[in-house]
Amino acid sequence: MREPVADDLGADRPGLPALKDGDLRRHLPGVEPERTLTDWGRSERVEGFYDRTLLEFFYRYWFRCEVEGIENVPASGGALLVSNHSGALPPDAAMIGKAITEEHPRPRPLNITVEHFFKGYPGFSMLLPKIGAVAAHPANVQRLLYDEEQLVLVFPEGRKGTEKLYKDRYRLRRFGRGGFVEAAMRAQAPIVPVCVVGAEEAAPVFAQLKLLQRLTGLLYVPLTPTFPHLGLLGMLGYLPAKFKIRFLEPVHFDEEGMYRDESLVQTVAQDIRARIQENLWDMLGKRGSVWFG
Amino acid sequence: MTSSRRVLITGLSTYWGGRLAQALERHPEIEAIIGVDNLDPTLELERTEFVRISNQHALLRRIVDAAEIDTVVDSRLVVDSTTTSARLAHENNVIGTMNLLAACSGPDSTVRKFVFKSSAHLYGAEQDDPGFFTESMGRPHPPRTRIERDIVEAEANVSDFAEKNPDVSVAILRFANVLGSTVKTAHTRLFSLPMVPMILGFDPRYQFVHEDDAVSALEHVVYDDIRGIYNVAADGVLAFSEVCGLLGKTYAPILPPWGTGAAAAALGRLGVRIPPEMLQQMRFGRGLDNRKLKATGFRYRYTTRETVTKLAEHMRLHPVVRGAREPYRYEREVEDFLRWSPHVRNPSFRKESRLSPGEMVELQKVMSSYGERVGAPGGGSRRSQSRAVARAAEAGAADVEAEGDAGADAGSGGDARTGAEVGTEAASGSASGTDAGPGTSSEPPASAIRPRARRPDPSPKRAAARRARKGGANGSGGAAADGDPPVAHYDDLEADEIVRVLDSLEDPALAALLDYESANRARPRVVSAIEGVRARRGGGQDG
Repeated sequence: MREPVADDLGADRPGLPALKDGDLRRHLPGVEPERTLTDWGRSERVEGFYDRTLLEFFYRYWFRCEVEGIENVPASGGALLVSNHSGALPPDAAMIGKAITEEHPRPRPLNITVEHFFKGYPGFSMLLPKIGAVAAHPANVQRLLYDEEQLVLVFPEGRKGTEKLYKDRYRLRRFGRGGFVEAAMRAQAPIVPVCVVGAEEAAPVFAQLKLLQRLTGLLYVPLTPTFPHLGLLGMLGYLPAKFKIRFLEPVHFDEEGMYRDESLVQTVAQDIRARIQENLWDMLGKRGSVWFG
Repeated sequence: MTSSRRVLITGLSTYWGGRLAQALERHPEIEAIIGVDNLDPTLELERTEFVRISNQHALLRRIVDAAEIDTVVDSRLVVDSTTTSARLAHENNVIGTMNLLAACSGPDSTVRKFVFKSSAHLYGAEQDDPGFFTESMGRPHPPRTRIERDIVEAEANVSDFAEKNPDVSVAILRFANVLGSTVKTAHTRLFSLPMVPMILGFDPRYQFVHEDDAVSALEHVVYDDIRGIYNVAADGVLAFSEVCGLLGKTYAPILPPWGTGAAAAALGRLGVRIPPEMLQQMRFGRGLDNRKLKATGFRYRYTTRETVTKLAEHMRLHPVVRGAREPYRYEREVEDFLRWSPHVRNPSFRKESRLSPGEMVELQKVMSSYGERVGAPGGGSRRSQSRAVARAAEAGAADVEAEGDAGADAGSGGDARTGAEVGTEAASGSASGTDAGPGTSSEPPASAIRPRARRPDPSPKRAAARRARKGGANGSGGAAADGDPPVAHYDDLEADEIVRVLDSLEDPALAALLDYESANRARPRVVSAIEGVRARRGGGQDG
């Protein structure tokens, strides 16, 4: 996150109190009922269609998602959901979002942060914002969490998580540089750790095809049971693994200015990573079968 | 209440400069609006004075000094690279800004406020941009196109200026893409095509601002003494497809995602010119955080959606009403006639203007030589000149009072001082009235000095106040009763005009005025108005 630089060209205007971010919240643009898109480019229409067809099918019949601890997702205010990440074209984000809309007493839209890469790739760039994806920019997370008080899902592992091969399944990678904790502290929003079991088996990655990756300019080109030999649709060729999603107790940051303490940020990041990892081992230990749970 | 009194607008002939001048003309407390540009103005202006100059530093400096400008609004910035050559754009955006800033800086500069019209192109449009740029973000990547480079450089110059001149309040406005029925931009051009070209696979986020909002934002910043950097963009960010939908256009994803530049160049050959800085935006889009300006009290009239809908309405209507109204064309002679000619009788046609001290001196010189040659006054052709001199004299008197001392002025040069002194003489002559009676001196006769008083000038009021003070010291307001008008040129004023001035007069002056009015013309309207004002001021002075 960039520290706000002096943008006032000299002294503050006399007579006006120095503007704080908090004061700006009430100046957020209002919702125009005539529009079907949000300012982030999220489309009610496209999302609704996607939700009714593909997501419904995968959530209910293909992955047969099982959710615990949904009450840990706050019913109001901003919250940062932090999850493990896996799968070639990861199904976990969509399933977490669907779990909240299906199981939560007060369903709320989930904003999924994605790599900047997708904004620059034709097709993805057009589709992903329509179904609730937002570029993983610290300023975006801050605005969503603090100003708009929404739910944001981040994968601190980033592409290191989705690149990892099947043999490394459920072993968490490094959690970035702790930026997600800093973002939550800055916005004073709670972090809800999330564990997803099943995504690793649904889209196992056996190898990374470096040459094809360079030719297509994609982030990575994985070798999965169905991709690339079945073409682009093979990306959706998930195996019917049983999904289990567990929302853990939220971590609160109520003090102001905590994000300035770098060691605290790193410690909290480590803690959260450890909690997710422990819970993953726990869930895996209790799982009888990959396909039937 | 604004602190701006004398405003210089550069780029008067751009759409922004012209619209801003029109907006500022409505504020009577802004006494002088001077516009400079190297082209003729494109909008009709009431009291703004136009000076055609290039971006030369020395000329700008002379105008700033001579007119004692306190506020400079720079609206020259070129943001569409198709409208001019890259070299000219650079000359205008970077060198022009540099020259203007040089003309405004310095320890003896009168400039106290500098407003710079910038553009959101400063932020560029890149893959890893935030969804909403705030003012503090600056540009995350080096500029890609020449226009962007120019804008970044120009803004850096302005920030530098702000740092070096801490007592000048500097404001920078970064405008999103502007749409509207009268403004012509690369986007309105694009949207007026039968099909809107797009880059295949991209649906960028777009934010616009309505032309009226853009002008009011400039006006707001100038008038309300705002300083700092502000984004100006309407509420709401639309997807490009949404924009096309609102406009009722089909969009044609004919530009390939790879090799877009080459394809755009080919389209350019066919007549669809898409500037390179816009191409980047058509790929990644851009959103601006507009809350900082809103927090200063500014309200947008239109959201982005309404802006686009407005444009759609205009585009539907345009083929029907096209050519129904003649576009405005600036004619120097007509403007001068309307401002200066004595034959413009109908006040609704009369344009207001004021003389700069330099012009006053010129006029005075012409007058004195003319007076020597002609000798006797009273000729019809004489009237016009003496009137002009009288106006000049009053403007000069106002200047002198503003400075406090006629002799010692720091800001303006020797020319201005002479002008001011001449002005004082003339003004005191006409204000005291009795000693400058109609005669055959080279001074124009008082009866001929008949200033156009459509808008009450400050000096008659001051004269009246002075007179009132004098009257008060003498212990009686009776001096006014014996045929001597308490306000200069009182007899020439219409009843309405007198009533308007009344509030600014002090009580002794009012008493004198009442005496004079009832002794001479006794217009019931004026008398009752004066009595009303005195009654409002409280019963103490009634008896």
